[in-house]
Amino acid sequence: MIRFLSTLSLLLWLAAAHAQLSIEITGSGAQRIPIALVPFAGESALAPAISGIVRADLERSGLFRGLELPPINPPPTEASNVNYGEWKSRLADALLLGSVVARPDGRFEVRFRLFDVVKQQPLGGIAYTLSKEQARATAHRIADFVYEKLIGEKGTFSTRIAYVVKRGNRFELQVADADGASAETALASFEPIISPAWSPDGKRLAYVSFENKKPVVYIHSLADGKRQVAANFKGSNSAPSWAPDGSKLAVSLSREGGSQIFVINPDGSGLRRLASSGGIDTEPRFSPDGQWIYFTSDRGGSPQIYRMGSGGGDAQRVTFEGSYNVSPRISPDGKTLAYITRNAGKFQVALMDLSSRQVQILTDSDQDESPSFSPNGRMILLATVIGGRGVLSAVSADGKMKARISATAGDVREPAWGPFVE
Amino acid sequence: MRAILYPLTVAAVLALGACATEEQKPAPTESTTPGTKPPSAVQTPAVKPVDATKKPAASPFAALKDPNSPLSKRSIYYDYDKFDVKDDYRSMVEAHARFLRENPSAKMLIQGNTDERGSREYNVGLGQRRSDGVKKMLVLLGAREDQIESVSLGEEKPQDAGHSEGAWSKNRRSDMLYSGEY
Repeated sequence: MIRFLSTLSLLLWLAAAHAQLSIEITGSGAQRIPIALVPFAGESALAPAISGIVRADLERSGLFRGLELPPINPPPTEASNVNYGEWKSRLADALLLGSVVARPDGRFEVRFRLFDVVKQQPLGGIAYTLSKEQARATAHRIADFVYEKLIGEKGTFSTRIAYVVKRGNRFELQVADADGASAETALASFEPIISPAWSPDGKRLAYVSFENKKPVVYIHSLADGKRQVAANFKGSNSAPSWAPDGSKLAVSLSREGGSQIFVINPDGSGLRRLASSGGIDTEPRFSPDGQWIYFTSDRGGSPQIYRMGSGGGDAQRVTFEGSYNVSPRISPDGKTLAYITRNAGKFQVALMDLSSRQVQILTDSDQDESPSFSPNGRMILLATVIGGRGVLSAVSADGKMKARISATAGDVREPAWGPFVE
Repeated sequence: MRAILYPLTVAAVLALGACATEEQKPAPTESTTPGTKPPSAVQTPAVKPVDATKKPAASPFAALKDPNSPLSKRSIYYDYDKFDVKDDYRSMVEAHARFLRENPSAKMLIQGNTDERGSREYNVGLGQRRSDGVKKMLVLLGAREDQIESVSLGEEKPQDAGHSEGAWSKNRRSDMLYSGEY
């Protein structure tokens, strides 16, 4: 009986570990490029189908509309002649063709070519050799290629996201592909986990765990599951944020009274206090050029966002509209500040243009938290509550595209979008 | 083995029974028959009685769990956005300060909490303000600074998982825990 139960619980754990996130697009961008994504010849040899993943990636960006196409016989490949006039009449601005061929050694060759139907010219293509387990990753790379050629910025389809799932009394820090697939559990705990933060090289996560009945900052190496304590001083240790060169973290510690901002090395050495205030100073975030730290402080009486040099020193207040502005995040190009503002009692995502200081409210929900920029700055991932459940929402920075991401069971919260890798 | 234990047990019980009385066996008196040499005084070792009929003195740490003692009360509740200890809790905090003063080896963890509204990390800061306030009061009342650690759980460990003001008011609190309880 015990053997049966332990096998059952192992299976349940594995099922939970690989639970998928589901994504539902609830709004789409205005100007979408119509693209003909022809199924790759022979793609049924690989699961999932390459063109299906490419289509889902491109449509999820809100910038593409995959055309409905009748079956074409014989199926074209990347080597086929292209009749641009014919594709123009199908209202395509772009065309993707490809093929999947099984090799005798059990691996596969995937080739593709992208065409600009408007300019009537090929835009390039790549040939890959891969094992069948790499089909999904290969499809994401193809989507990245298409995105970069047609939009002019790097695609994020090969990146990963981290987030926390709460199911009953169990908390899991999970890492999944940007489309929510292939979720893996990095940490399982009966106590809360908050504030996951990706190291700039994408190999480690810093986070706050309450497993010791108080908040402690850990650094966790994803590949081998090894973790070290970065900060467990007397009092609370929280709000970890990596410097852009990965050499240190900013944290909020109560070891010297109140919550104040310090920097510390990932191995816990080199502690240095950065600022002093009579208030709560927390949520430090380095600017991408490493020059500034933006942070939340209520030193002026209400929580607002401030900025100081990353070596510490005087701080200037940044937010002046509203009585509750927290959770600063800087866009990868350094030009935009995203944060959470309390607007008529609702917690929503606001964007500030850092040169003009103009503010725009991006969401119309009411319990938004933890905004996170995609590494190309185009999308913001955030936690919110819909129908009483904790879900993630991905919103394009222009507000036009929205996607809702939920777990098959439980509440999802604390999202962090990982960096470009390689 | 059993055969030996039983008589031993009986003997032990008898011996205990013999000790557990209030009366002292009187020392034998000397005989005073005239003309005879008085016998040498018989020295009987004194027997100091032990009274096991009364309960032993209670360990001070037992009071922490005694529902009749203010020491079993551990939670301080707060109004929205407030971190001062209201007068209602003054005598509770005084009792804990006295306990900490009188038991220098006792250690306390104070966990500050908030309701769920707003940023999780800012709420860690607010919870910390609450637990720091309780610690400050205890130290002013005579506890040693190093007996107490004040931390925050932010909004992460609510007492009531609901989303109403009734639930929120139960979650805005500081909890005092002694070693062995965390």
